[in-house]
Amino acid sequence: MGWFLENAWLIPVIPGVAFFLIIFFGKRMPRGGSEIGIASMAASLVLASGAAYQWINRVDESHGEEVHAVLSRWEWFRIGDLRVSIGSHIDGLAVVMLLLVAFISTLVQIYSTEYVRGDRRYTHFFASITLFSAGMLTMVLAPNMVQLLLGWEIMGLCSFLLIGHWWEERANSEAALKAFWTVRVGDMGLLVGIAMLLAIFNTLEIGEINEAAAAGDFDSKSMLMWAAVALFIACIGKSGQFPLHTWLPDAMAGPTPVSSLLHSSTMVVAGVFLVARLYPVFHIGLDMNIAGQQFNLVAVIGGITVLIAAGLAFVQNDIKKVLAYSTVSQLGYMMMGLGVGAWTAAVFHIFTHAFFKCALFLCAGSVAHTGSHHSFDMKKDMGGLRKKMPITFGVWIVSTAALCGIPFVSGFFSKDEIIDSAKHNDYTMFYIVGIVGAFMTTAYMTRATYLTFFGKSRGGAEHFEHELHHDHKESKDSPWQITVPLIILGVLAVVSGYLNAAPFKWHWFEHWTESSIGLHFGEGSAFEIPHPPVFSWLAAAPGLALVAAGFAISLLLSRAVFGSDKSPLQGLTQRNAVLGAGHKFLVNKYYLDVLYEKIIVRGIAYPISKAAYWTNQHILDGIVNTVGKTGRRTGDLVYKYIDQGLVDGAVNGSGTTARGAGGALQPVQSGKVNMYGALLFGAAAVGGLVLVLVNT
Amino acid sequence: MQFASAIFAADVEVAQTIGFGIIAAVMIVAALNVVLSKNVVHAALSLVAVMAGAAAQYLLLAAEFVAVTQVLVYIGAVMVLFLFGVMLTRAKLGKDTDLNNDKGWLLGLPIALLLLVVMAYVLIDSFQDDQISGSGEGRIGASANILLSDRIFSTYALPFWALSFVLLAAVIGAIVLARKD
Amino acid sequence: MLINMFLLLGAILFCIGVYGVIARKNAVLVLMSIELILNSVNINLLAFDRLNGGNDGAVFALYIIAVAAAEVGVGLAMVLLIFRNRKTISLDDLSEMKG
Repeated sequence: MGWFLENAWLIPVIPGVAFFLIIFFGKRMPRGGSEIGIASMAASLVLASGAAYQWINRVDESHGEEVHAVLSRWEWFRIGDLRVSIGSHIDGLAVVMLLLVAFISTLVQIYSTEYVRGDRRYTHFFASITLFSAGMLTMVLAPNMVQLLLGWEIMGLCSFLLIGHWWEERANSEAALKAFWTVRVGDMGLLVGIAMLLAIFNTLEIGEINEAAAAGDFDSKSMLMWAAVALFIACIGKSGQFPLHTWLPDAMAGPTPVSSLLHSSTMVVAGVFLVARLYPVFHIGLDMNIAGQQFNLVAVIGGITVLIAAGLAFVQNDIKKVLAYSTVSQLGYMMMGLGVGAWTAAVFHIFTHAFFKCALFLCAGSVAHTGSHHSFDMKKDMGGLRKKMPITFGVWIVSTAALCGIPFVSGFFSKDEIIDSAKHNDYTMFYIVGIVGAFMTTAYMTRATYLTFFGKSRGGAEHFEHELHHDHKESKDSPWQITVPLIILGVLAVVSGYLNAAPFKWHWFEHWTESSIGLHFGEGSAFEIPHPPVFSWLAAAPGLALVAAGFAISLLLSRAVFGSDKSPLQGLTQRNAVLGAGHKFLVNKYYLDVLYEKIIVRGIAYPISKAAYWTNQHILDGIVNTVGKTGRRTGDLVYKYIDQGLVDGAVNGSGTTARGAGGALQPVQSGKVNMYGALLFGAAAVGGLVLVLVNT
Repeated sequence: MQFASAIFAADVEVAQTIGFGIIAAVMIVAALNVVLSKNVVHAALSLVAVMAGAAAQYLLLAAEFVAVTQVLVYIGAVMVLFLFGVMLTRAKLGKDTDLNNDKGWLLGLPIALLLLVVMAYVLIDSFQDDQISGSGEGRIGASANILLSDRIFSTYALPFWALSFVLLAAVIGAIVLARKD
Repeated sequence: MLINMFLLLGAILFCIGVYGVIARKNAVLVLMSIELILNSVNINLLAFDRLNGGNDGAVFALYIIAVAAAEVGVGLAMVLLIFRNRKTISLDDLSEMKG
């Protein structure tokens, strides 16, 4: 069994405890609490590595028999017959994610010690980022849906704190709120989905749910379908899938290490992880891989996201936003992979993507930290940095190659397998989406690379060049705290792919993780997922050709547009109406934000408030005014016509009474506490009366 | 009247019923004084009478511990708070004509009466002449209090925790609100 | 004893409290009226407790007493704050919520 596997619950507990230590003692520590954070993440990393090692041993020793997950659980609370446990559920998938999260978090924290040095909330930053990692770790080893929800929500909270780290600027705090609320929309789906799973399977244990779903042990297929849809809505929110992807680019308002952590191995991967974790529920609920199926929800959303996000990445000037849309697009690939039945390929893409995307973000941070005076604007403050920041440049190029899927670098092995599986499993449409997406990816990354590292230095970069010149130096890269994590990640961006390199028939990763699905590979029964395709260079050729084409076209265009000032192509979008319209459409993010904020929010919230106002103004006031007016008019009539013949005092008395009644009734909307109390109790009395009358 | 005759039925404990009647009359008069008095301090003192009467009623209902708590918390603590409130807001200590809303009774009286009629009708209609049965033995004394505390810390532990948070929040909230800075 | 004697006493006190909440202007007096309402609820709880046997009602009566104490504490703190800022605790003058 192994000590590390049984005690894996320590992995999230250590950073969780560290969070409190940092909060309480961080400010008094010589390094502001960062040492506690790094130490705790390193401890988690050691434990996760031990668990990974023992898991691999366990799989290798099983000799082809089914490998069961290692469960350690304690009862957390009990509601009636339902016992909710807390603990750890360790299998291949959990081990991969634990290792990934602990590793990336450690590197990012080391990087942060330099990047946020001197920040006024330095301690606070490390506390949040440590708790954030703890949340993700809690989620990935959750044995049941409740613990999963717990980790999921901790992440949501911490992402809010981290994105809004520099909340003094209004844009940042708004971005944090936007991220929080948008994800919240999806979280409703998670709650509903968990409740439905409980109703269907009468348990919340993930292992049991997967087994029951795979064995067809449920009453209503359509109920399972709706549960899968509800859970998938949560994944859409968390993983930034279309149409809830709009929060992700705005989340770039946070410090770069945060973007790097959130958008490589944690937060946004949580949605993909959830689908992978409960794969039988989705696979059977949504009828994936059934003969003749062309589309399913997961694949469609993934496919749309791939293309839409890639399109948006073309028009960004902020280097981090390019990377953010790139992340959205790659997450689309993962979802698409899961949707077409390529479970291993999708999980493997999570694994490789984490390394190269983290490296890319950290490169962007390194450029901003050293080369461009804390600006992320590629057009204004970058350019020509390749010789001045050699390490950053090298890592960037390697990671970009991995992202684009150039052969023999990690991204190629994972992405190509997703694309290949789509074709193999007869999802032709998604095969086309996949290769077009690869083309676009290469194109926008070439553009970003050109703008950042080639051409003439502009703005901040130019200033940096002057400084170098002044110091008689050729180059000056960032300090070691930044470059060391970069180099490690750069190396991993190349080699991590060889764990599951289809061209060489190396399938270790698949071997180690496949037991976590709960479904069997192979054809025959409806509830089995197809074998991954056999790799052939011929099948990969169209994709690679498009990648090459994307690189060439984008390079030529970039040189033409950004290379010289007198280019005929420059300002084309201003001159050509069609291109201009397309550009504007992309710059405005397909008008989705406008749709959400102006149309949906106003369309729903505004009419409601308007209706309420109208009711106030016309109906309530109307009643009150009518009563008042009637009273007054009665008084007037009395005064006018009867006064002449009757005693003055009687008339005045009735007039005053009427006026008093009107005056007492008029201020319904007075803002006076008594009046509201009167309304409350009056309504209760009338309600009680109605109930009595109805029931007798 | 069924209700009236039931009060004086043979199986009714006459002494308790008479005791109840006296205490209830005092409570109602005092309660009316709370909402009608023109003197804030008199109102507060009438409230003490109501609270004390309520404690006596709890004793009649064989809820000894609640009665003691009522005396301690309400008469001991809450009333002192009220008197401090009266003092610190520098209310007039004599008669004050500015305590009621103008024409407040026009609104309050109908609502209160309507509420009373509805409730009284429902109560009399549904409980008719149901008796509180048994002597209440076993509800008084140390053993009963042990049962009560067992209940609080087992079955109703969750509301107890929630209540602790409410009290904590109230303490902090009151300090934050009332301190001068 | 009839259960209704206690229940009706509770109802009467409740309605007197309601009248006070509506008719009083002085914030401290409104708080006192709310205490009347809370007490009447307690009487009901204990009457039903006695009727049904067991002691659940007594437990909740105790909880209500505690909540009421908290409510008075916060309520009076608010009244003090209002008094400090405006030199009055007349609820008439506090109509910022006017719709």
